[in-house]
Amino acid sequence: MTVADLRYGQKGIIKDFTEHILPIKLLELGCLPGNSVELLQIAPFNDPIYINLSGSHLAIRRSLAALIELEIIEETQAK
Amino acid sequence: MSKNINVALIGNPNTGKTSVFNQLTGLKQKVGNYPGITVEKKEGICKLPRGVKAHILDLPGTYSLNTTSLDESLVVELLLNKNDKDYPDVAVVISDVENLKRNLFLFTQIKDLKIPTILVVNMADRMDRKGISLDVEAMEKKLDTKIALVSTRKNTGIERIKELIADYKSISSKPILDPNRISPEYFDRLKKTFPQNDLYKLWLVITQDVNFMPIEKKRIQDATDFTTKSKEELKKLQHKETVLRYQLINNILKETYKVDFMAAKGLRASLDKILTHKIFGYLIFFVILLTIFQAIFDWSGYPMDFIDEQFAMAAEWIKDTLPPGLFTDLLAEGIIAGIGGIVIFIPQIAFLFLFISLLEESGYMSRVVFLMDRLMRPFGLSGKSVVPLISGNACAIPAIMATRTIENWKERLITILVTPFTTCSARLPVYLILIALVIPEGKFMGLSYQALTLMLLYMIGFGMALLSAMVLNKVLKIKTRSIFMVEMPTYRLPLLKNVAYTVIEKTKSFVLGAGKIILAISIVLWFLGSNGYSDDFENAESIVTERIEKQGLSTYSKNYIQNNIESYRESALNEGMAPNALQDSVVLLTSELSERAVAQEVASYKLEHSYIGQAGKAFEPLVKPLGYDWKIGIAVLTSFAAREVFVGTLATIYSVGSDEEETIKNRMAAELDEDGKPLFNLASGISLMLFYAFAMQCMSTLAIVKRETNSWKWPLIQLGFMSVFAYIIALIAYQILI
Repeated sequence: MTVADLRYGQKGIIKDFTEHILPIKLLELGCLPGNSVELLQIAPFNDPIYINLSGSHLAIRRSLAALIELEIIEETQAK
Repeated sequence: MSKNINVALIGNPNTGKTSVFNQLTGLKQKVGNYPGITVEKKEGICKLPRGVKAHILDLPGTYSLNTTSLDESLVVELLLNKNDKDYPDVAVVISDVENLKRNLFLFTQIKDLKIPTILVVNMADRMDRKGISLDVEAMEKKLDTKIALVSTRKNTGIERIKELIADYKSISSKPILDPNRISPEYFDRLKKTFPQNDLYKLWLVITQDVNFMPIEKKRIQDATDFTTKSKEELKKLQHKETVLRYQLINNILKETYKVDFMAAKGLRASLDKILTHKIFGYLIFFVILLTIFQAIFDWSGYPMDFIDEQFAMAAEWIKDTLPPGLFTDLLAEGIIAGIGGIVIFIPQIAFLFLFISLLEESGYMSRVVFLMDRLMRPFGLSGKSVVPLISGNACAIPAIMATRTIENWKERLITILVTPFTTCSARLPVYLILIALVIPEGKFMGLSYQALTLMLLYMIGFGMALLSAMVLNKVLKIKTRSIFMVEMPTYRLPLLKNVAYTVIEKTKSFVLGAGKIILAISIVLWFLGSNGYSDDFENAESIVTERIEKQGLSTYSKNYIQNNIESYRESALNEGMAPNALQDSVVLLTSELSERAVAQEVASYKLEHSYIGQAGKAFEPLVKPLGYDWKIGIAVLTSFAAREVFVGTLATIYSVGSDEEETIKNRMAAELDEDGKPLFNLASGISLMLFYAFAMQCMSTLAIVKRETNSWKWPLIQLGFMSVFAYIIALIAYQILI
């Protein structure tokens, strides 16, 4: 399960990662193990996606989102 | 003597850094460029308590000192260079109360450089609404600094910043994170190799290039030899540093910062549901674009007409008031005409920057990037290319500067290369005058042909930009990692003051920048047009008089006299003049007119044999196949400095060649080719418009491209490709239509 697989309203916790493939900028904005990610919006044509990354509101492309592994913690009522 | 303190404002994007800067400096600010690169440099003066003056530098927004773009690397370079004249005595880190955690990341990095650092917590007015409580005193202790709670919107806390700056000597410059914790082994070795240097600074220098490739940078001399770690390992250590810093920050925030999510209310979520909606999102964006275009083309028409009239009056006034002579001519024909040609753009430029700054200030621009990203990708562009491409419709210069936010070098380069195809406002006067001349009046589905033509030209420009982007995407072999990341800031009402500053600043720099070129060209043209070296030029009067005695007046002059008399007759009859009196006055007028016609023929003969005429004649074979004569050729040639020069050049050439005030459009309509047909016809008009649509005729843009790409290669390719392409298209168009 990665951030790219999130559905509307789903929330997850970033898993521990050892591979250093993520750009440093993403980490600085809060993409660290244990932090939460929530999907807020999906752009037209399904890409990019708009997430709340432990308080930072960011838009990232799916290709990048697919690199962030997480565990689902909250299954809010998907509308 | 009061001492000047150097202050650097540093902060994440979207924290209201510029607002704080505006509040501190008021209008005492100046915007320039950093030497060698076009990153905007904003400086200002702020008066502090006890007669101290602070020199305030507003650094580009950055998330951290690990650079990933040009703007960010500039911040690092200044902070690492103690000998820089702008090196700060005190750093002020601006943070946003809602994103404090992330903002503190940068704060701890700055503090580790051992610069006294003040923390400004901005947007304090939102705390209640967001359910945030902050123990300022405890936080000051934990962070070992002084904090100012500020609201630029409510205008509170600014005095506190000033006091803290004035008192900067009492602010601690002790670092927060011990670099040894990142990797004891590595930093130990580093210390042994460079005992003189500060460890954390060394670390920043070493890692600077890890994330950011295309720009060359100065390094601390010794550090280049120390490459005992691979890039991957360095990156690993950077990750470790990030984790350590966040641990530190989380511990501090746990005790000092509380958010009651139940109390939090936000517009962002509900507005985003509509503004980034799959259908409504596009619709709203489209409506906003239409409004902007409407403003630029329609609403700005009124002030533009007004400016036009004022300049025509000024020129006439000078001719009437000052004694006739060389200087008066230069003033009225060269300088006033030239300046008028640039001042007339002010309303359009101002409107465009007004809208762009409103969209940016409100936070909407990020949503546009989000919406458009997927659509732009097949063309090798990103959502972030949309802003430059839209701004390109005003002026390519700020547009190309706006590409700096694109982290991906390939996408950025493509955006830079194709932006000049978009229809910048300098093309507009050329289009408008040509459309009025050659496109017939009439309507198609309620829209006039003329408006449709203009719209078509805009679409051609934009389409060409996308098309060439697609080609470049295929052709360019540049490997870059694509990191597309856009922060979606909270929506806020734009601050009037910030918007006004932006509009004034950008308009001013456009007018002054372009104004200088146009002014210089007008003067040179005027000089070249009224001087010559050949005998033909010296003896123009006798040659022309002789010719007229033999062959009579030229067709143009005959038409000129006839048209004038007809219109005179008409108006006289309407006013009820008696036929006898009319006959007499017509005779009188005819002799007056033919005298004037002779003078005009002498003037135009002189022009033809002046320096500029000679040059134009030499150039004529090249533009002949496109349907232009030597005068248009000269106008096209001078337009390579800046497109808007076209109309000004023709105005200068024609007014040198005539002795009366006439609108430039009528003068152009009256121009005849060798066969006695109008020179500006559908074929040559369309050919000209297409030439201007595609050709790279702007020195300033080339200069900006050179600086932004750091080589002459790209601007020269751009110039060559666009101009040759324009020539071919114009040639085809003329040959088909004629």
